[in-house]
Amino acid sequence: MIETINQKWVLACLAQEVPENGGVCVKVGSNQVALFHFARRGEWYATQNECPHKQQMVLSRGMIGSAGEEPKVACPFHKKTFSLKTGECLSGDECALKIYSVDVRDGHVYILIESDEQ
Amino acid sequence: MKIIIVGNGMVGYKFCEKLLARSTKTVELMVFGEEIRPAYDRVHLSEFFSGKTVEDLQLAPASWYKDQGIDLIVGDPIQEINRIEKTVRSFKGLLVQYDYLILATGSAAFVPPIPGVEKEGVFLYRTIEDLEMMQAWAPKAKSGAVIGGGLLGLEAAKAMIDLGISDTHVIEFAPRLMPRQIDEAGSAILQSKLETLGLSIHTAKNTAEIVGGSHITGMRFQDDSLLEVDMLIISAGIKPRDELARAAGLAIGPRGGIIVDQRMFTSDPSILAIGECALYEGMIYGLVAPGYEMAEVAVATLLGQGKTFLGFDMSTKLKLIGVDVASFGDPFAAESDAKSIVFEDKNKGIYKRINISSDGQELLGGILVGDAEQYNMLLQTYKNKVVLPPNPEDVILGFRGGESDVAAGVLGLPDDAIICSCEAVSKGDICGHVNQGLVSVDELKKCSKAGTGCGGCIPMVKDLINHTLKSQGIYVRNVICEHFDYSRQELLDLIRLHDLRSYDAVLTAHGNGDGCETCKPLVASIIASLWNEMILDKGNDTAQDSNDRFLANIQKGGTYSVVPRIPGGEITPEKLIVIGELAKEFGLYTKITGGQRIDMFGAHLTDLPIIWQRLIAAGFESGHAYGKALRTVKSCVGSTWCRFGLHDSVSFAIQIEERYRGIRAPHKIKGGVSGCIRECAEAQSKDFGIIATEKGWNLYVCGNGGSKPQHALLLASDIDSATCIQYIDRFLMFYIKTADPLTRTATWLNKLEGGMDYLRNVVVNDSLGLCAALEADMQLLVDNYVCEWKAAVENPEFRKRFSHFVNAPEEKDPSVQFDVLRDQKKAKAWKY
Repeated sequence: MIETINQKWVLACLAQEVPENGGVCVKVGSNQVALFHFARRGEWYATQNECPHKQQMVLSRGMIGSAGEEPKVACPFHKKTFSLKTGECLSGDECALKIYSVDVRDGHVYILIESDEQ
Repeated sequence: MKIIIVGNGMVGYKFCEKLLARSTKTVELMVFGEEIRPAYDRVHLSEFFSGKTVEDLQLAPASWYKDQGIDLIVGDPIQEINRIEKTVRSFKGLLVQYDYLILATGSAAFVPPIPGVEKEGVFLYRTIEDLEMMQAWAPKAKSGAVIGGGLLGLEAAKAMIDLGISDTHVIEFAPRLMPRQIDEAGSAILQSKLETLGLSIHTAKNTAEIVGGSHITGMRFQDDSLLEVDMLIISAGIKPRDELARAAGLAIGPRGGIIVDQRMFTSDPSILAIGECALYEGMIYGLVAPGYEMAEVAVATLLGQGKTFLGFDMSTKLKLIGVDVASFGDPFAAESDAKSIVFEDKNKGIYKRINISSDGQELLGGILVGDAEQYNMLLQTYKNKVVLPPNPEDVILGFRGGESDVAAGVLGLPDDAIICSCEAVSKGDICGHVNQGLVSVDELKKCSKAGTGCGGCIPMVKDLINHTLKSQGIYVRNVICEHFDYSRQELLDLIRLHDLRSYDAVLTAHGNGDGCETCKPLVASIIASLWNEMILDKGNDTAQDSNDRFLANIQKGGTYSVVPRIPGGEITPEKLIVIGELAKEFGLYTKITGGQRIDMFGAHLTDLPIIWQRLIAAGFESGHAYGKALRTVKSCVGSTWCRFGLHDSVSFAIQIEERYRGIRAPHKIKGGVSGCIRECAEAQSKDFGIIATEKGWNLYVCGNGGSKPQHALLLASDIDSATCIQYIDRFLMFYIKTADPLTRTATWLNKLEGGMDYLRNVVVNDSLGLCAALEADMQLLVDNYVCEWKAAVENPEFRKRFSHFVNAPEEKDPSVQFDVLRDQKKAKAWKY
């Protein structure tokens, strides 16, 4: 778990608190991060919780899945989909998501955030 | 080669399109248009008033011309042609040299010399500017008239009605409407049909004067009668725009029109004329299809190809103010060398006439009023000289013994039969494209342009696609998405057969990849439809659509709405008070829904379990407003109070709503029960609607409100309550098992081969022997029902999912904001 001057790992929640193949919203200071447990692939992803399309804090309630090999999340409002790996909008829009690194240790989930985000 | 096109109307545009598609050499194209905008669809001009925008009507945006390298100059008409120098000069003073000049100047409205035509409130019906001026004037007008009872005149009358002028008159000089296209009997049917729609029609009326001061107040006729109107549209015919050609000394017909030969040359070998300004063998062709054909011929002429114009069939089909009118071939064939078959139904306002050769072998022409469904087939039969069946009346009355023969009709046409006459696309072309793998109308439109003109051929194009695919033995499957190579129906059978009860199990057994927002809710819905278990259980919560996952409808801002079930719309004062108190306490916006219940908006995710706990304690249960499930069964008050009521519609509605509550389907389901024929519950707009009769109930199915309203159709009449429920059981289960995803019952029925007759056979006559199974499956769902909100609030595992922050479960989403409107809250608008 490497940290830099500008980035640090923060404890988000317990792994068991995140539904399998679904997401939760993590409060990080005044920020909101969407955390996803992609159980089918044994992977974890984190992105901003705000959908850039209509600025709604809802992505953690979105449905995850895949397009080809790309893991993605669909916003519950208008089904815009975003890559969980790169944050890129897969529905052809310009907007992209900020993504975060995730680490799971001993049943605890950590997210790597910018120091000024806390 | 430099080509200048004078005129940017439909035909001028078509010329550019066709030339660019066919020319291999570089040609320099320059277009001058008089109007301020690029060419638009004048045929569908009246749709401007029913909501289409200028952009919708445009044939191509200005950028198209630019991309194609065409120099388009709009709002600058050509004023003069110098045939010796081979130059044209525009109004704004541009002087340009040409190798070839194409005159596509079109036509103008013919204005009869009636005193007073210059008054305000008198309009022409030709351009978008005309329409805009009419639109500005119409709010001041109470009654209006149209001079001209032909094609254009009736179109203009439609425009007037669309502008909100309910008192609209049509004035025709001839003794009947559309004298050039249809016969006397056809005109009479058309006239009575239009009159029932509210138009006043005056035939054999000659306008003498337009009365009024600076603006029109009325019209005086030759017979000295008066008609008070404050708006008038003159649509009495067209006259070719030949003034430019005339001044240049080109040969002009005695009654106007630029004379052209078979190759579209005018009397000057460097100048061609096409469209409504061109006069071919003494005739002006005032329709778009022959104009396009002329454009085609002109292109061939310039490219040195040998195509010639040999006149054009003036067959036409139109929808005039909702009434279909068509005429083709020789509509008026004389009795001496032809025989006519006439069908007339004054009750329904239908008139059909076909003229056949004396030996009964060949179709010569005909007229259709009120029902023109067979037009394309008849036109092709006529054009291709297809031999008529032994009973020629079958072609207008339908084959009345055994199975329908319509499909054989399309297939029976020769390959060179023109299906789309606007774009000259043949049957062979269309079948060729289908054989190459284009299987949708949209794809075909793109690559062949078939159906992009008047659109009248689209039903035939669809038939051709289907029959071509069938003849290849291809079964068109609607697979779900990249993760499941099955149709919904196939997957439902697999899930049932293998007794699968979670999304993950289904994906592992029958899918690939990791699923997506299309297949997850679809599979979750199938599982619910088959077993009716708690939808958040077995890890299915994350496969549900967001609304189902949180058992509430997400609204702007990320809050949710709460809708308890109020069966049949009946509610006690005590329960009303509970709703009121809860809404007050949690600050919720309240509104009565279309389904006779109460919606509370603006609830935070975190508050949902508490609100529902209180509702359940007061005797409410989930209304499933968030699910593709049974919503409401709407009722009128019925015989318990209403003096007209035949039966107790409220009790029956409650019984039915409670039977089917919570049942999930490919889409939402709504019902209605009316206590008498007055139909106050609007049951015929529902997926199933029940109307009381003297002897029992009439059951209607597959109605729909929404974006494409459709009346429900009668499934069974005068049945008792038990039979009614039995039929609905079978109907709903059959729908659930066979419908495509997200398809309402109305659309499902529209796609069902055999339609209502087939459905009635399955549901009432048990033609598939399925009824016992369908009833048993439905009974299983009914027996397994539990209120899912009750299950959610009582189970701590489910309950803890209803929080916004996983690491601060008590906190609400701080980003949620509200505004105030009429003393209640409303969601803050999207930022953009």
